[in-house]
Order: sequence, then structure tokens, then C-alpha cells
Amino acid sequence: MQERFVSKGKSARIAKGVILAGIQQTRTISRRHFLRLSAAGFTGAALLGVAGCGGGGETISGGGQGGGGAGGGNTFVFGRGADSVSLDPINTTDGESLRVTRQIFDGLLDFAPESTDLVPSLAIEIPKPENGGRAYTFKLREGVKFHDGAPFDAEAVKFNFDRWRDSKNPYHKGGGGQSESFAYYVGQFGGFDGDSIITDVEVVDEYTVRFTLKQPQGPFLKNIAMSPFAIGSPKAIKANVEDFWQEPVGSGPFKFVAWNRGSTVELEANEDWWGSDLPASQGGGGPKVDKVVIRAIPDNTSRVAALTGGELSAADGLTPEDVPSVRDSGLKVEFRPPLTIGYLAMNTQKKPFDDVNVRRAIYQAIDMDKIVEAFFGDTGQVATTYMPPTVPFWNESVERYPFDPEAAKQLLKDAGQENLETDLWYMPIPRPYMPDGKGIAQAMQADLEKVGVTAKLVTYEWGTYLERTGQGDHDMALLGWTGDNGDPDNFLNVLLGSASATETDALNIAYYKNPQVDKLLQKGQTTIDQSERERVYLRAQELLVEDAPWVPIAYAKPPLGFQKNVQGYQASPTGGEAFNTVELTGGGA
Amino acid sequence: MAETRVQQDAAAGGPSNVATRSRRQDFLRVFFSNRLAVFGTAVISLFILMAVFAPLIAPYDPLQQDLVNKFAGPSREHLMGQDELGRDILSRVIYGARISLTAGLAAVGIATALGTLVGLVAGFFGGWADSILMRLMDILLAFPSILLAIVIVSILGPSLANAMLAIGIVFVPQIARVVRSSVISVRERDYIEAERALGAGNAQIILSGVLPNSMAPLIVQATLTLATAILDVAALSFLGLGARAPSPEWGAMLTDAFRAGYGVFQQGQHAIIFPGIAIALSVLAVNFIGDGLRDALDPRRRR
Amino acid sequence: MQIIPVLLGVSFVVFFMVRAIPGDPAQILLGQQATQEQVAQVRENMGLDKPVIVQYGLFLFDAVRGDLGDSVVTGRPVTTELLERLPATLELTAFAMLVAVLVGVPVGVISAVKQYSLLDKATSVLALTGISMPIFWLAMILIVVFFVNLGWLPFPGRLGTETTITAFTGLVLVDSLLTLNFAGFWDGLLHLIMPAIALGTIPMAVVTRMTRSSMLEVMNEDYVRTARAKGVAPWRVIFKHALRNAMLPTVTVIGLQVGLLMGGAVITETIFSWPGVGQFAYDSINRRDYAGIQGVVLYGAALFVLVNLLVDVLYAIFDPRVRY
Repeated sequence: MQERFVSKGKSARIAKGVILAGIQQTRTISRRHFLRLSAAGFTGAALLGVAGCGGGGETISGGGQGGGGAGGGNTFVFGRGADSVSLDPINTTDGESLRVTRQIFDGLLDFAPESTDLVPSLAIEIPKPENGGRAYTFKLREGVKFHDGAPFDAEAVKFNFDRWRDSKNPYHKGGGGQSESFAYYVGQFGGFDGDSIITDVEVVDEYTVRFTLKQPQGPFLKNIAMSPFAIGSPKAIKANVEDFWQEPVGSGPFKFVAWNRGSTVELEANEDWWGSDLPASQGGGGPKVDKVVIRAIPDNTSRVAALTGGELSAADGLTPEDVPSVRDSGLKVEFRPPLTIGYLAMNTQKKPFDDVNVRRAIYQAIDMDKIVEAFFGDTGQVATTYMPPTVPFWNESVERYPFDPEAAKQLLKDAGQENLETDLWYMPIPRPYMPDGKGIAQAMQADLEKVGVTAKLVTYEWGTYLERTGQGDHDMALLGWTGDNGDPDNFLNVLLGSASATETDALNIAYYKNPQVDKLLQKGQTTIDQSERERVYLRAQELLVEDAPWVPIAYAKPPLGFQKNVQGYQASPTGGEAFNTVELTGGGA
Repeated sequence: MAETRVQQDAAAGGPSNVATRSRRQDFLRVFFSNRLAVFGTAVISLFILMAVFAPLIAPYDPLQQDLVNKFAGPSREHLMGQDELGRDILSRVIYGARISLTAGLAAVGIATALGTLVGLVAGFFGGWADSILMRLMDILLAFPSILLAIVIVSILGPSLANAMLAIGIVFVPQIARVVRSSVISVRERDYIEAERALGAGNAQIILSGVLPNSMAPLIVQATLTLATAILDVAALSFLGLGARAPSPEWGAMLTDAFRAGYGVFQQGQHAIIFPGIAIALSVLAVNFIGDGLRDALDPRRRR
Repeated sequence: MQIIPVLLGVSFVVFFMVRAIPGDPAQILLGQQATQEQVAQVRENMGLDKPVIVQYGLFLFDAVRGDLGDSVVTGRPVTTELLERLPATLELTAFAMLVAVLVGVPVGVISAVKQYSLLDKATSVLALTGISMPIFWLAMILIVVFFVNLGWLPFPGRLGTETTITAFTGLVLVDSLLTLNFAGFWDGLLHLIMPAIALGTIPMAVVTRMTRSSMLEVMNEDYVRTARAKGVAPWRVIFKHALRNAMLPTVTVIGLQVGLLMGGAVITETIFSWPGVGQFAYDSINRRDYAGIQGVVLYGAALFVLVNLLVDVLYAIFDPRVRY
């Protein structure tokens, strides 16, 4: 979910917006009402330092308003690496936006805590496919209200889906940098209007809604459960669709309070949340804290410092180095179940990487056990195949090519590439699937040197990096993926299907094109027969391992750090946890 | 960014007469009687020797990793300890002298070449050429220097070479101003008039009469700019716009260690300390030399 | 008065430089899954289809009215983004400058008066050391010593999690005093110390050096010698006669330093997660936010020019001979 997403060739073209999201890291004190008025006076007054003297009532804070902070009281302060871009779930592409909308909105379905199994949410049961997977009927929860008091019903569901899928819809827009892209809808459901897989959303009665599909879609229900497809209040959207992205209204466990750009998002408990009485296994219960503050501290080292210094209740984005340090400081560490893969992609359209023997030589030249031990430590395991083991139909029988520099040398010699000079790209910032791209690249460079391969290290600012790898400028490049919905389609098809090997903004940056694999992946996407899906995905992995378009690196388990008094945090493989179950016990840190 | 001494130093120095043997001796005597300047010269000589003979001096290959011993502290084998990839910090600091000093010198070279050209033309010809060039310099000066450098690097693409170029451009106005003011003061001197009367062309006058007599303040300003340039190269590396991994550029070494995680604070403090000392010491030495040069070249400053 | 031409020049240069940065803002805005027509539409809306010189004209016209365009990434006016961040930067910069002057001037004076003393020599070396340290290294060392090892000072940001201050000016120290929130004041002050030292060290060193050398110069002037010869008390000579005149070059240097602090702020704010303009500058460039970069650079240049105008005015106050 972090930087790229999701199934279907088309989604391959979405990467750019996401880029921005990853880098969004400005911070401010929010004084926007006052500021709008005074904007015209900018040049004069502001420059001289008369920043303003009106306003009042708004606040500056390091964390929450009033009440307790990280150490005690009843405010949960979550530290993360970047600010949100938009708070309208459909008009975001980045994990940090969805982290917030997850708290404010509910979807029809949800992923069970700590896994990617489906559970009901605003729908009261998981619907069965009808007509061979061409229709689904959702029974909706009764008596649910949005934060603005508007009722949740079948009309609200239809309103939201119509807004997303119909480009002529008057509300098919939004404000902010990500406006009007509806990127996730395009990614998961094929596009707008005639391209949309969802062809009709019909109100059967007040609490029943029926979806009609153009064709069966294997991961349809998993898609519906994704955070971007959470239901917003039709009343609020109709009232001011332009500002919905910064004044979001949903039905979730927390209500939106304030967004201090670049710094914090403040939420308060929704005392009337419909899910309070549901069992925790279904994502229910709570909210158990009065306030939530989600604070952006881009620098990893600073963020962990803020955690150990007691400024944060919890911190995301710990590096493996941080894990022992955080534990030594008397704090807790938990890991998200691995739904990530990090890899070294080789550009199979470029010589000499079009030769499978050269790719295998690179594969065997790198001592991955050593690298994973050094750069992931407790937080990852060496990858054997092309998707993580938490995803259904993971092929446990395939194995890595063994680390063997001599064999690698021989392969290179046979291929006539004894003194291969190439480049190796690494991402400039830590990612959940690869905490230290730079270090890993340097270690790989050293290993390759030993078999006669000279790899020049290359990097760019993150946005440019995605752009340039997305158009195939690299020979070899490090990258990775965090799954959105735990479906194999969301790994194999997105990252290795030939439809994703587009000329620009490719997600398949190995530019791997194998018709046999494509056919299997296509089958897996369009069938809802589970045994058939199992067969095709297991086979696809075998073919991939043979062709070695990547050197798979690791399945990372991204670590989170907590104060001792934080209980009930349910670390999710998708990285998007709901905070309703979080509890702060007495005492404090 | 540390663009410390701008004009106050530039204005110093001022015009001087044709160099003579006694003046040169005078200069050397004054310069070497300044203990700080001598110290600076010694340190810089040491760094230059380190840079030149790095392969002989460095105990290890600066790129040799030892992942098991990440952030291992100083020991008999590794006097400055090991960095986030277990590389020997001492060896990296030694090799880093090559990169950091070269980068600083290159930036100053660019600034001096361009700045001298602009200053000579503006000062010698005066009139509208002067007005236009110096207004342009004012505009460049009004840019926040690091932002200007960042924008230039963004256009050209991040690399050490582009960082040098960007920093070179940033310092052009300061050199230009110094050269211009000394050219103006030399321009109307008798010997220039004499050359002109003898039928010398503009180029000849500039090369033989004006330029040599503007050298003193130029040298002082270039030296002081070198100090700042070394700092700025490191700063751009800190912002990810300079040297590339695994290059042991000092600024990049600091940044990589700092960004490696909170562990650097607990086990890896030495990885932050030593490269920083190398930067600070070399810059300090250059500043000592710059101060010494200024005192020695400017008779009014001798006390 | 060259403010107008200089600012015009800066705006011109930055406008065209920013357009030389690779990347199409319309594409960035649309997030790339957009069709050709959509991109064309947005380019038209953003005025990118017009000749560049016309674009520049429109940009100037809007800028004069305080409208610097919308940030491509945040979707909000750049003016708003800048104004929101301005107080944080102003507070940091002003505090750093205050420390620099309060330390630098007296130390410089004492050094000059006690020329060649051990104190003078130590000061000279220390000041030179001050301008020889990379800001980001100094910041890291401060963090290691005062936050990690000693635990005396908080890090990062402007305020601790438990502190909230009602905002009037956006300046933590001012607002907390206005609302009699002394705990908030203390917390803000503690957070300010390390970044202010990191940012203020260079100006402090420069001010010290300048004060010292101009004091030395002034003390050799005839009127000071005369005053001394007439038996005026030494400290009276220093303060009444020498310092006043010696302040002229010092003020100039302070003015220049304020302009240059903008650069230091980019680095300091990055390290300390300080939510100011410096952060915004760096983010804008990383995100190829044309409007953002233009806004920040213009702001920096305008600040530089204005501060130096202020310096000219101060000149008039310190030096009665100068009249405008």
C-alpha cells in the first residue's frame, strides 16, 4: 500500500501520485482560518516578522490538546514517518493517509485484526458470489450513524460507489493535491464508466445493496475490504465535496478534530460507535482512549528518540538497529506479520540481463543470509519465492538458488560476461520492506565485486527514483512491495505480469514478460474457484523461480515500538491498524 | 549554510603595489610568525599528504565491509572504530580527505574563475557592463545560498560533481565583488596609464597590469571561500544531494551513520564524531591560513 | 534603493530555474493515471500552455497581490503554507540571532580591550572554530550530548507531547507568556535551546570577530585617544565613544547573517523536525513543487533585502553623519 499498489495493468500507471505521498513531510501549526484572511498581507507584514496577531483559540502542540501525553492520561500518540496527503480515503494512495482514514471511516467489509482474513463491518455478513461471481448482495448493519448524524443505509453505499465509478457524477471530484484521481478505484476495479468492473450498484431495500460485475473478479471481496473503499457521509460530501479531503466525516471509531499540516492529525473517540460491542476478533471493541494524535516525524532516528524520550506512545518505522535499542530503553517492540517482499529486480529487457544465466549468476553471487542477518536481524526472513508466506497459495516447496560465488563465476564465464560492468540502484529512504536500501546495495556491490561484476551504485530522490525505475532506466534496482489485501494477485500480477511492464510508471520493473506466466495470472484473477486459483499460483511461482527476474531478498516484519503502558495494539500485515482496541493502562512510562 | 564572512573580509586587503622581492620576504616573515597560520598550514599539509598517500597510509580498504561488527567502537585494530557497515572509519576518513578537499578546491576553482572574469570585466570597463554584471551578482547574493545550490543540483541531478558546480556558482558574486573593487582602485594608477600610453590593448593591460595587482585580496577571499566550500559540500551531502554511497566523503559518512537508526546514539557515537572532526579541523586550518594570508598581505592589518 | 530590481531579478531567475527542473507538474498533480486530455486540461488550468514569458507575467501579477499559487502537492495556497510555517522559523532564527548578539558583542568588546591577552587569543580561536563546524555536525553532537547522554534537553520538535499552547502569534515563547502558561514557556524554551545553538553558532562567531576588529580600529582613532588622554575613565571611553562607532560594521554583519540564516534553517529544521519554512523549502524541492520553491526563494530573498534595508536605517541611527 505504501508506494505502489494493486492489481490490473492499469494500476501500473498510478505510481506517481503515490510518490508524492511517500515524501510528504511538511509540518506546520494550523492556523488556517486566520491565515486565509491574512494571506493577502503576506508580502508586507509577514516578512518583517509580524506574523499576525489575530486568531486565537487555535493551538500549538507537540501532541494532544490538554489531557495526558504519551506517558499517561488518555491520549494515544502515534509517531510515523510522514504526514497524510488527503483524508478522503478514495482520493489517497499513500499508507499514511489511509492510516488516518482507517480510524474515521468504516468499509462494508474489513480485514480481521492481525491478518488479511475477511470479516464483516458495515455489512453484517460476507456475501456469497452469485451468478458465477458476477453479482454480490450485501446485507447492511442497521442503526449506524455517520459523525454528522446522517444515517448509514443502502443509499449511502450507492452514493459512494456512484461517486467513485461514474466520471459524470457531480461529486466525482475532491480537493487537495490528489484530487479527482480516485486512483485506488481505477487500480482495483479497472477504471471509470465503461472500464469499471462494477457495472451497477442497486438499492434493494433500505439495508440491502446489490453489486453487479462485468466479469468475475477473484479478489473482489478483498478489494471491497480495502481502506480506500470506506463509506463517507453523503451529507458531508454533498455539502462540500471540495473540502471533504480535509474535513472528513465517516462512521468510524474516531472523529476528526484537526489536521495540523506536516505535524499532527488529532482525533477524538466516537462514543456512539456501532462496533463497541463487537468481539475484538472481528475488529470491534472500544474506542478505549479519549484522543488519538498521529504525529509525523520524518527522520527515523528522531522519531525513535521521541519514543524513548516519552513523547510518543507508539512509533512506526523502526529500523532493525532500533529494535534492541528500544528494548534496552525499557520499551516494547511488536512486529507486523510479514506482508511484504523486498527484491533486487534485474531489467530483463536489457543485455545481458535478458540471459537467464546472467540473472542466476547475480542471484548466486549474493550472500543473502548474511545480508538479511545484518540488515533485517529479527525483523525479516530470507525470501524464497516472489510473495510472502502470509499470502494464500504461497509455494513452500520452492527454494532459493544457493549462495555460490564459484558457480556464479562459471555462469558468467559461460555467458561471456566475465567482467560485467553494470549499475545497481537503491532507494534513498527506508521503506517497510527494506529498512536500509543503501546499506544492502553496498553489501551486494561488495559481493558482486568478488565474482568480477562491477556494479555502480545509483540513487535519486525518492520520487525520481520511482519515475526512472518505472521507465526502465536501470540495469538492476532494489525495490519492494507491501501488500494491500493479502491476495496473490496483489503481488504476482502487479509486480510481474507483463501488463505492469509499461513504458512509464511500470510496477514490473524487471520488465519480465512470460506469456505462460501471464496466462496463469490472468486465470487466477478472473476465477473464484479456490482450487483452481491454488493450482495456477503455485505453478506461477515455480516458473518465476526458474526465470529469476528478481533476486528476492526478504519478507520483512516491520517493527513497531511502544510505551510499556500501551495495550491491545493489533499489528496488521497491511500496516493499517485501527486504534479502537488500543488501551493505555495506568502508571505510564 | 555557512557562508560566513562575505564582504567584511573581501573589502580588506585592498590595493597593493607591484610585488617586489622585499615585499615577498616581508609577506613570508609575517605569515610564518603567525602561529595559527603555521598550525593551519601544517594541518592542511598533513591532510594533503593523507589524501595523496591514502592507499599507503590507510590500514584497511575504505569499502571493506564487516557487517558483523557494525558500529564496533574504537579498538587497537580500528583506531576510530567501525561504521554502520563495519567499515574502518580511520581508513574512510583518510580516503575522504581526497574527496572532500578536492570537492572544496574544485568549487573554489569554479567560483574564482567565473568571479574573476566577472569582476575584471565589470571593474575594468565600468559603465553599463559594470551595472549589469553587478546587479546580476546582487541578485545571486540575495538568494539564500543553500537554496540556490539545492535548486541548481535539482536541475542537474544529484552528484558530487554537480554539487561542486552549484557551490562554485553560489560563490561567484563574492569573488567578483572583491576583484572588481581592487580592479577599480588599480585602474587609474600611473603605471596603467603608462601602459595605455604605450599603446597596450585592454587584454594586455588586464593581464599584465591589473590582474597581478588584484591578486592579494583575491587569494585571501579564495582561501576563505575554500573553508566555506568544504562545509557546503558536506552540507549538500547531508541533504542527499552530494556524494554517493559508498564514497567516503566526510559529510556523507556523518549522514549515513546518523540515518542508520537510533543505535548510532547508543553504540555508534564514534561514527558521528570522527568524520565531523575531520571536517571541522580541515576547515579551521584553512581559516587559519586565510587569516594569516590576509594579515600578511595587507600592511594596514599588521599590528 | 535597489530592492525592486533585485527582487524582480530574483523572481525572474527562480521562475526560469524552477522550470528547468525535470518533471511535469500537471502530471504530478494528476497522479499519472490521467489521460492525455486530462493532463492537457490541467496544464491549461495551471496556465502551463501559455508562452513562458506570459506565465512569468501572470506569476508576477499574482505575487504582487500576495498570491504565490497553489502547492502542487498539498493543494493549498503556498502563501498559506509559508505563513503557517513562518512563526516557527522566525522564533528559531530570532532566538539564534539574539543569542549570537548577546554573546558575540560583549565578548568581542572584551577581546578588543584586552587585546593580546590569553582571553583574546582563546576567543579568536574559538570564534574561528565556531565558523569551521558544519551546522549539522554541531546539531548531531548537541543531540548526542544533551539529549542522549545527559538527558537534559528534549528532542525533537517545538514542544513536548503534553504541552499545548493557545496560538495568537504562533511564537511559542510569546503565546505561552500571553496566556500565562509558564510550563509551556519552559517546555518551548528547552526545545529551542539546541536548534538555536546549532543555528546561532556561526553568527555568534562572526559577530564576535567583527566587533573585536572594529573596536580595535575605533580605539586607535584620534578622538578615542584624545578622550583617553583627557583622563576619561576607560570603560566610559569604551562604551560612550568606541562601542557606538564600532557597532556600524557589526550591524552590517548582523544584517548579512540574518539573510544567511535561512540556509542554516533548512539544515537545522531538517535535523530537529522543526516545522518551519526551511523544512518546507527542502520538501518543495524534493516534490518538484514549482510554486512552493518559487515562494520560498522569493521569501528568502525578500527577507534578505528587507533586513539589509533595516541595516541601512540602523546605520543612520548609529552614525549621525548618514542621513537619508
